[in-house]
Amino acid sequence: MTASPTSASERKNPQLGGFSVAVLGLEVRRLLRNRRTMLFTLIFPVFFFLVFGLNAAYANQRVGHGNVSAFIMISMALYGAVLATTSGGAMVSVERALGWSRQLRITPLSPAAYIAIKMLTALVLGFASVLVVYAAGLIVGKPSMPIYAWVTTGICVWIGSLLFAAFGLFVGYLLPSENVMQVIGFLLMLFSFGGGLFIPLSQFSSGLRTAAEFTPLYGLNQLVHYPLVGGVLHWTWVANLMVWLAVFVAGAIWLFRRDTARV
Amino acid sequence: MGSTSTTRASAGESNLSMVSPVGRGGQLEVFEQRAPCASNGSVEKPVTMRDRTEVMGSSGGDDPAMPFAVNLLGVHKSFGTVHAVKGVDLAVRPGEVVAFLGPNGAGKTSTIDMILGLTRPSVGKVEVYGMGPRQAISRGLVSAVMQSGGLLKDFTVAETVAFTAKLFAMSRPVSEVLERAGISDIAGRRVGKCSGGEQQRLRFAMALLPDPELLILDEPTQGMDVEGRRDFWRSIRHDADRGRTIVFATHYLEEADAYADRIVLIRKGEIVADGTASEVKALASGRTVRATLPGMEEAAFRAVPGAEGVEVRGDTVLIHASDSDTVARYLLTSTAARDIEITARGLEEAFLALTGDGDNRADDRLDTPTGERR
Repeated sequence: MTASPTSASERKNPQLGGFSVAVLGLEVRRLLRNRRTMLFTLIFPVFFFLVFGLNAAYANQRVGHGNVSAFIMISMALYGAVLATTSGGAMVSVERALGWSRQLRITPLSPAAYIAIKMLTALVLGFASVLVVYAAGLIVGKPSMPIYAWVTTGICVWIGSLLFAAFGLFVGYLLPSENVMQVIGFLLMLFSFGGGLFIPLSQFSSGLRTAAEFTPLYGLNQLVHYPLVGGVLHWTWVANLMVWLAVFVAGAIWLFRRDTARV
Repeated sequence: MGSTSTTRASAGESNLSMVSPVGRGGQLEVFEQRAPCASNGSVEKPVTMRDRTEVMGSSGGDDPAMPFAVNLLGVHKSFGTVHAVKGVDLAVRPGEVVAFLGPNGAGKTSTIDMILGLTRPSVGKVEVYGMGPRQAISRGLVSAVMQSGGLLKDFTVAETVAFTAKLFAMSRPVSEVLERAGISDIAGRRVGKCSGGEQQRLRFAMALLPDPELLILDEPTQGMDVEGRRDFWRSIRHDADRGRTIVFATHYLEEADAYADRIVLIRKGEIVADGTASEVKALASGRTVRATLPGMEEAAFRAVPGAEGVEVRGDTVLIHASDSDTVARYLLTSTAARDIEITARGLEEAFLALTGDGDNRADDRLDTPTGERR
């Protein structure tokens, strides 16, 4: 471009649209500073595990390759990770409300890099959530399952929770409010019951159980327990996960496009 | 006209084009004005922004390798049924300090949003240093201080700047921009605990990070107290002295007058005046001589000694002049003019006439920073 002043031609676009590990680090630090997020994603799941997962009446009963305590530990880790990733995704809502996303539009940060940072921040927090619940399990020593099941269930919970990072983005763009977490907390509680995270679905009436099998946490919850429980891998679990993933990702992309066109 | 058209930024230029809404019933009338500093006596055709942009296109002025900092070509912006910007042509040369002056709702923020690529024009073209706005921002050529909001309360001042710095390919050190914005002492403070003025300085520090060629400020002193406003402008002025191009929007007449080399008056989405601060001031001050004098051509009036602006309304002529005595003396002694009336108008009043609505002035009022003394 011959028409550019020298100073303009010396100037460069940032690599990766402005994404960097340093930016991610600052985002994670900011998220960890939020007391409510910490309480819901790191303290509550551990607390629930200690309350439900150590009950002498059933904790040592066998489930697949391990015991009920391990089963509940996985459920609570999933609950925490899902809350964490949803919060991470829903940060866009707060940032839109505050005008921060508009401020970022006058920096080189590309919209794709912005979303990538949000997703990875969510994953870091999700990882922390799985880690504290599993650490609590190790410390109290009650959950029992083979080492490979500890590792595979942990990784499945962590990676699987990415589904809810998309959900968080979707809801974050849908509800531009600083109180979005209250709505999300309620929805996730419903999904958690529907997915059988708190009460085994076998205790539901058959009508309610059929309905529950269509909720977004059902497929994921069944799949993350599979390394522990073993047995038959139902295609409906995978279908449930895939359909909800498609819904959340499509919704997030649609609203994201609408948002960048308008701001 | 080619030569005069390229010296817009230099001192002592002779032409100022005015489209003034002083006519009755709100119709626009062309109002030609020679600035007092004109050295040649000949009446030249005024140079409008449209002429300049048509002549020069998008790639510049004197130096073909130097594109305009900002080039707006026939830009319109509509939001539903609201026509916020109605055909703005404007070229800002590198090194200029330009004020967009106009009442609230005149279309200043919409225009700035288009320069920053935050919205796309409904019609027309926006170029920043010869490229699209988004490209210019991505390369750090342009940065901006926005009106309000846009900060995260749970970051500290230093973290906010550090975060933004990481987004650029090249940026000035965090400590340097904090120093220049005068907020080094509150670097560790949470943004949520900063005052409005401190937050504005933080936005300024962030805008300095890419060491931009062009800095855009949208109503930068909105909500600041008198002292904060003065300190803020001192920092900006200091920055402008280093040769940075600055475009700022304001509805404070005194801010535009004190800090801009060039004032672009915007009213209802259109540019109504464009010239150096002294030219616009000369236009806005002075007196109007009104006389009844049938059968004389507008061109003849323009040749009246001391006449700077002429407006013919049937048998009545309005001659604008800073030296109204000379005009009146000439009219009385050398023409058949009668019913001569000389009215003074203050700066404030003149700007109201240019930017006001006529029917609902109260809403469009230009503000004066209260208690400001310079």
